Amino acid sequence: MRDNPIPGSEPDAQDERFEDLTALSAGNQARIREEELEDTAAIHVAPNWKLTWWRFKKHRLALGSGLVVIFLALIVLFPGFFSTMDPQKSRAQQSFVPVQRVHFFDEGAFRPFVYGIVGKRNPETLRMEWRIDEEKKIPVRFFARGFEYDVLGLFATDIHLVGVKEGDIEEDPIYLLGTDRLGRDQWSRLMYGTRVSVTIGLISVFISVFLGVLLGGISGYFGGIPDLIIQRMIEILQSLPAIPIWMALTAAMPRDWSVEQTYFAITLILALIGWTTLGREVRGRFLVLREEDFVMAAKLSGASQKRIIFRHMVPTFYSHIIAAATLAVPVMIISETFLSFLGLGLRPPAISWGVLLQEAQNLQSVALAPWLLLPGVAVIITVLALNILGDGLRDAADPYSH
Amino acid sequence: MEPLLSVRGLKTYFYLDEGTVKAVDGVDFDVFPGQIVGIVGESGCGKSVTIKSVLRLIQNPGRVVEGEILFRHQDEDGREKTIDLAQLDPHGKAIRSIRGAEIALIPQEPMASFSPVHTIGDQIMEAVLLHQDVSKEEARRISIERLHEVGMPNPEQRMKAYSWELSGGLRQRAMIAMSLACNPRLLIADEPTTAIDVTTQAQVLRLLLDLQEQHNMAVIFITHDLGVIAQIADFVVVMYLGRVMETGPVEDIFFHPQHPYTKALLESIPSIYAPAGERLPTIEGSIPHPFSRPSGCPFYPRCKAFMPGVCNTSTPQLKPINDRQAVSCFLYD
Amino acid sequence: MHSNDSYLLEVKHLKKYFPIREGFFRRVVGHVRAVDDVSFAIREGETLGLVGESGCGKTTTARTILRAIDPTAGQILFRTAQGDVVDLAALPEKDIRPLRRDMQMIFQDPFASLNPRMNILDIVGEPLLVIDGMKSRKQRMEKVAQLLELVGLRAEYMQRFPHAFSGGQRQRIVIARALALNPRLVVADEPVSALDVSVQAQVLNLMRDLQEKLGLTYLFVAHDLSVVKHFCDRINVMYVGKIAESGPTSEIFFRPRHPYTSALMSAVPIANPRLRKTITPLEGDVPSPANPPSGCYFHPRCPYATEVCARETPQLEEISPGHFVSCHRASELTLPGVARPEEQALAA
Repeated sequence: MRDNPIPGSEPDAQDERFEDLTALSAGNQARIREEELEDTAAIHVAPNWKLTWWRFKKHRLALGSGLVVIFLALIVLFPGFFSTMDPQKSRAQQSFVPVQRVHFFDEGAFRPFVYGIVGKRNPETLRMEWRIDEEKKIPVRFFARGFEYDVLGLFATDIHLVGVKEGDIEEDPIYLLGTDRLGRDQWSRLMYGTRVSVTIGLISVFISVFLGVLLGGISGYFGGIPDLIIQRMIEILQSLPAIPIWMALTAAMPRDWSVEQTYFAITLILALIGWTTLGREVRGRFLVLREEDFVMAAKLSGASQKRIIFRHMVPTFYSHIIAAATLAVPVMIISETFLSFLGLGLRPPAISWGVLLQEAQNLQSVALAPWLLLPGVAVIITVLALNILGDGLRDAADPYSH
Repeated sequence: MEPLLSVRGLKTYFYLDEGTVKAVDGVDFDVFPGQIVGIVGESGCGKSVTIKSVLRLIQNPGRVVEGEILFRHQDEDGREKTIDLAQLDPHGKAIRSIRGAEIALIPQEPMASFSPVHTIGDQIMEAVLLHQDVSKEEARRISIERLHEVGMPNPEQRMKAYSWELSGGLRQRAMIAMSLACNPRLLIADEPTTAIDVTTQAQVLRLLLDLQEQHNMAVIFITHDLGVIAQIADFVVVMYLGRVMETGPVEDIFFHPQHPYTKALLESIPSIYAPAGERLPTIEGSIPHPFSRPSGCPFYPRCKAFMPGVCNTSTPQLKPINDRQAVSCFLYD
Repeated sequence: MHSNDSYLLEVKHLKKYFPIREGFFRRVVGHVRAVDDVSFAIREGETLGLVGESGCGKTTTARTILRAIDPTAGQILFRTAQGDVVDLAALPEKDIRPLRRDMQMIFQDPFASLNPRMNILDIVGEPLLVIDGMKSRKQRMEKVAQLLELVGLRAEYMQRFPHAFSGGQRQRIVIARALALNPRLVVADEPVSALDVSVQAQVLNLMRDLQEKLGLTYLFVAHDLSVVKHFCDRINVMYVGKIAESGPTSEIFFRPRHPYTSALMSAVPIANPRLRKTITPLEGDVPSPANPPSGCYFHPRCPYATEVCARETPQLEEISPGHFVSCHRASELTLPGVARPEEQALAA
């Protein structure tokens, strides 16, 4: 509505409106197409997603969070590429190595390197003590070769974003985030943990969205008995205290299940409890939309029930669903982290943020190796980024609200 | 006689992300004691923003950017003093002592204006206690009297009722009782009959006319309905897109309209007396979006008397054309 | 009412009760009698007004006729283009659908009745696609272009979305959609009450022109009596789900026979400052259709009510040719309607 497409200065369009109802001549059509290219302001023909994007763009913080989320997605897809060392390989001699700081400039030139480290066992505590060896500079290389890993299960490669000279990684390792008790590289473990934790969040949200939209949709569109049953089900599920239920369910999982089996079981448990909020939201939307004039107009135009639901009702709230789902992902991630942290979720040798943080459970290791807490920072960044992004999407989702 | 309220060159703008909305862009009018002034206009004409500006109720991102709102304030001793409401702090004590006391408002939606968790009586009493130095008993007596005055059946019992227990008509009556609580000298009614049915509307209009006569208040009545204006107003202000198009006594406005907009508007409403089936004269086009107001006279793109090079280049000022009417149109320059 | 071959639509004893449910098991504890035994008929090519205050059931009646809502009881006899009379109330939804081409609706709020996520081509072209099965996009574009020009919009607007249009333009789009399949009955539910005064006349004129051009029959639901007076040939006045009075427009306005009609008509604010209201307005409020009074629903507010009015429900009876009233005292009362200017002058 930026301008006034039929101002009074065009009386001919009005007077001629009943002149010829039959057909537009071919020439007329050509004229229309030409004019359309010239005079149509972008906003008039902008579909919903474009309006949403225009509004979302103004939200700087959300836009930034979007970039963080894209970066996370890359890690999830290619954790091997971002790792420097094999996350499972332990080096008994190199436990609790502190963070090796990367120096980017060597004598004024951009030549990133890390200093080497030398360890000495403290004769009193019998603990390895590490100190920086300023004599030794280990150059950091990009796209270096290292351990071999799978790319999305398609092919194997050994190219990594960062690394050291070929074959040197075992001699002169670089520990960007230090090592843990067993001398495993914390950075690489974090990369792999990101994949597991974030995909658990995504898949369980995906299942919750499916359940929520399906059951909420049935409940809202059809009403009556199905609505009654589904609503009571949601009430019961929501009245159960979530934490003890998760704990009970995960504790009930057989100990001898493989890593994959536990992974899917956890995903499913989170989803089965998590769909209720979304289900309520979808039901509410359907209830409101059912009364909307444009839905009635579609019905009176002869549209089938399927068309009304999928062409008219669902598109009006899928942006809300995306926003709600984005906001649900961090909840799922935290739940997984929490369960694994308690030792009820994933267990080693699986790597997830919760499993990583489990290492930082006792006071002693936190005091001696505070870098073990760094996966917690990853959790915070991820959760914040997803929340801000979700908020931004939610605000932008309904461009017609004002 | 001196006007009770005199608005001069009022401009209220809203600063939004998408641009500035000049909701009120240079409005002048006077309200004399005991007069019913009707402000009439279509959506986006700025009639509501004008009275919200007078009451200093404009919220961010809106601001009164220019103009004078001169009000003849009466202090406790009955001495009169003209103050410029536009200069007052919108949250300050001075405006609060005037708003609700000397100037009262009847809002459009009485349902939204009463708190659902307090009784009608408590809310009217609160209004009395806020502005008058009386005991609680006295406030109660005044409240019942006001409810009685607006024709509320069983006013003593209704003091204990909640707003949602009342029907639309009674709720609007209770709202009027509350606005009268402190004997205002100026009553502002913002589309008080838009949300109600025609028989209830007739009741409310009758009531307002009666009360105006008894209290000899000045009233500003805002509406988009020309029928209602004809029934209630003494003096009419016609607004379009934030500007005053024409002012004059009600008979002159309806029988001798001068501005092309007023003329066209009056012609376009269906008359009960016109023979059925006639085509109505229309105003072409539609009201422009607030972000794309025309330059010059806001009405020129729809005006039949449009003079190219004049109306679209400069903005006409409101000027008296005889001793009763004032018009802002280049036809009268 | 008697049957007549020229009736396009005949509504007989139409009822729509909405259940009031309470409690955990959603037990039905009562009914809102939104439409309570309503009968009327519309001739081909005429405009019938359905007027009344909020809650009188006029919108529910209109929507039930189009089977947007299912009726509780009664008959909706519609004469199809082939000349057969079908009872819309008895047909299942799948048999209604082909009949939808014959009856369409114009909504009150042009901002709510257009799907904001579809462009004008898809909105106006929807009935063409789903009922006519016009699968070719090019064909639909041609037809939509014609329809847009028919309602006074430029055809090239079809790629735009509803947010690009003003209220009056949107209402034209709604009309274009309603006309897409050449309907014979158009139900207009308050088509101008959401529009600005200066735009109302445009839309009313357009509807009038289209009626002449296409031979449309209108059921015109409205609360603005000036608009109804201007637009309708006959009027049904409804009060709490029932028809109070039905007759030719000018009789209803100037010589009403039902006390409610009289009160309604004399409450109309007339845009003439010399005709200020002198009579006392009707007391009280419209009762709730969930809990209507006994006997004649109007008796608690009626200045002419006697004890029979509280006891017995009056029936709609023909008092003069084509003029029906449901009032026990209709034949004995002389009631004021809208005062003609000369009458007003006499009274003053």
